[in-house]
Amino acid sequence: MSASIEHLLREAFPDARELDVVDRTGGGDHFHVTVVSPRFNELALVDQHRLVYDALAAPLGDGTIHELRITTRGES
Amino acid sequence: MTELRDEIKETIDREPVVAFVKGTHEQAYCGNSERAMQALRSVGVAFAAVDVLPDPAIRQELTALSSWPTIPQVFVRGELIGGADIVQELAANGELEAALNEKLGPDWRNGGEERTIPLSAGGASFRLAPPG
Repeated sequence: MSASIEHLLREAFPDARELDVVDRTGGGDHFHVTVVSPRFNELALVDQHRLVYDALAAPLGDGTIHELRITTRGES
Repeated sequence: MTELRDEIKETIDREPVVAFVKGTHEQAYCGNSERAMQALRSVGVAFAAVDVLPDPAIRQELTALSSWPTIPQVFVRGELIGGADIVQELAANGELEAALNEKLGPDWRNGGEERTIPLSAGGASFRLAPPG
């Protein structure tokens, strides 16, 4: 599951300088994703996280992702 | 708009700081809800908690309003600040206090007691359910 989440994030953030997906529990449904992208520059954290939620709407919507922690940063 | 959605909207607009959580301010049933409430406490702001667990419709209607897919959700003066990760980060880097100053004015530390507020429309589906 980590690989498909990473794939979705790569598609959404092709310019990501850093992209990491951690399966927090090993159970394949609790994840911590980190995305560093210039796309986040000038965006409030709430809007940065919205972009991540948008990218992962499918696995969030069907319950594949039970819990998601998000770390985002812009980069100039 | 449903009656429940109206009530959620009114709550978001009325309460200076409101956290929609799994559980109550005294007992969170989710680590993320607890993290968000602890982050609010860490800056000393009193907040109203709303428990989304009594009725799945609360979460559905809340997400329909906020377009935010997960719980918890923290609002300040009617505006979504974020979930647990964001509130924790903003509390740690000082931006949460800055946002509270900006949105609530300098007296937000005297905002009263932390509490959990019930939704009258929430839980209706449970009350109407036939006894099991």
